[in-house]
Amino acid sequence: MTTQVVDRTTAVRLEAVSKVYGHGGNGLLALDKVSLSVRPGEFVCLLGASGCGKSTLLSLVAGLDRPTQGEISTAGRQVAMMFQEPALFPWLTVSANVEMAFRADNLAKRERRIRAGEFLEMVHLGGFGKKRPHELSGGMRQRVALARALAQSSSSSSSSSSEGGAVLLMDEPFGALDAMTRDLLHDELERIWREQALSVLFVTHNVREAVRLGDRVVLLSSRPGSVVEEFPVELARPRRTDSAEVAGLAATITDRLKEEVLRHGH
Amino acid sequence: MAVDTHARQLAGLDALELAGEQRAGVASRAWARLWPMLTAVALVLVAWELVVLSGRWPEYVFAGPITTFQDLGHRLGDPEFYQAVATTMRRAVTGFALAMLVGLIVGAAVSRVKVLRAAFGALITGLQTMPSIAWFPFAILLFGLTESAITFVVILGAAPSIANGLITGVDYTPPLLLRAGHVLGFRRLQLYRHVILPASLPSFLAGLKQGWAFAWRSLMAGELLVIIAYQSSLGEQLAISRELSDSPGLIGTMIVILVIGIVIDMLFEAADSALRRRWGLNPV
Repeated sequence: MTTQVVDRTTAVRLEAVSKVYGHGGNGLLALDKVSLSVRPGEFVCLLGASGCGKSTLLSLVAGLDRPTQGEISTAGRQVAMMFQEPALFPWLTVSANVEMAFRADNLAKRERRIRAGEFLEMVHLGGFGKKRPHELSGGMRQRVALARALAQSSSSSSSSSSEGGAVLLMDEPFGALDAMTRDLLHDELERIWREQALSVLFVTHNVREAVRLGDRVVLLSSRPGSVVEEFPVELARPRRTDSAEVAGLAATITDRLKEEVLRHGH
Repeated sequence: MAVDTHARQLAGLDALELAGEQRAGVASRAWARLWPMLTAVALVLVAWELVVLSGRWPEYVFAGPITTFQDLGHRLGDPEFYQAVATTMRRAVTGFALAMLVGLIVGAAVSRVKVLRAAFGALITGLQTMPSIAWFPFAILLFGLTESAITFVVILGAAPSIANGLITGVDYTPPLLLRAGHVLGFRRLQLYRHVILPASLPSFLAGLKQGWAFAWRSLMAGELLVIIAYQSSLGEQLAISRELSDSPGLIGTMIVILVIGIVIDMLFEAADSALRRRWGLNPV
């Protein structure tokens, strides 16, 4: 167990984080002094046009890359991540893919299988554990990836499991899915987020998706990425992507996003 | 209520997306693969008979298919033939197994350590292009006319391909899977064991297949050059048939060598397609 104290007021904190790719004069500034925090149990959507460094930002929080400057803290919480593609291991069955999340946990094989089954059940894929990823549809694969991420966020190798506040990073996870599947997965994700008391940092370029899901929408500028504005979303849940309220706020945010894009138009 | 409805809607979508997919029966699939092969064999036999009939070479120099297969059928009843095949196959399997071990160790080391890659990467590819028969004089100098000389060259022939297969597989591990493994908490050796090695399996298998082809060629060259007394082998039978001007025997042995090569290649092919099916790599 780590001795790190779990911060009860923030789940993720970025302080003046910058990221430069390359060196010297040729260096590309991808993120410019981004400061951002996610409260425990909060659902934050990061929104921006292409080149705003939203994926870079998630990679930094996930520890896949290091910031050039600034501080990132996840306060000893378990951090799980989902990508735009399912990123399942094709040589493993669906169940074994989810079980990979418990590798560090020292669980017996049987125990791992049972727990993986519970998470597959959570995304309504209980009967598909023995299938191979390629035998499932794109939406189903993405649900397996969600189950794996959830399994990982529940993993006991984190000191914070009793605090209930794992961090789930999602990098446009539903971007490649059709609208109907995406709608259903929004509902599922919302339910699971509440049940598991997750803190979510969700990257998307779809404004309505951001408003549908987020407690807060953070708008990033492009090249370099930095925080432009934050929009709290105070609409009652459950929301519908096609409701007038969601559409209204989405329109406001889209206008602001367009202003940002226009700055690059010359 | 909401959860239940969602579950049912999702199940409905899942069922729709997984519908379909039918496969033809085993018999018709086997026949679809078999008839082109049989036709090809028939064509070759006809061409062979025509060349013999043209009279360019006398029948005792270039035997026709009928004489050859009669002779081969005769030898199939002779225990010495099976001893020869057994000796050759034992050498092939031993040499290939050792080459696999060497290839695995070298490939794993070179793919992981940058300095080794810089030092030996080009050399391994170079060795792959070197005709293995060029090693024999040296091998005979080192080991004399022994089986060790043959094994040595078989390993040198096959190991570079096997190592290269593994190295390529490691290099082409999808970055996304590496990232997924990293997020799941795998580092260094664990990442290697759980992500990189399994991901490189298809390429490693391709390396094994190519390595086998090189091993088989090296072995035949070796058995022609290194003839060990009282140990009959396929290569040795070739050499003897030539000395005795036994045309049907010579061509028959060549056919046996060809058939063994094809059968083993088909085994690799089967392993490869089983892997592709499991991973879903087949084009739809």
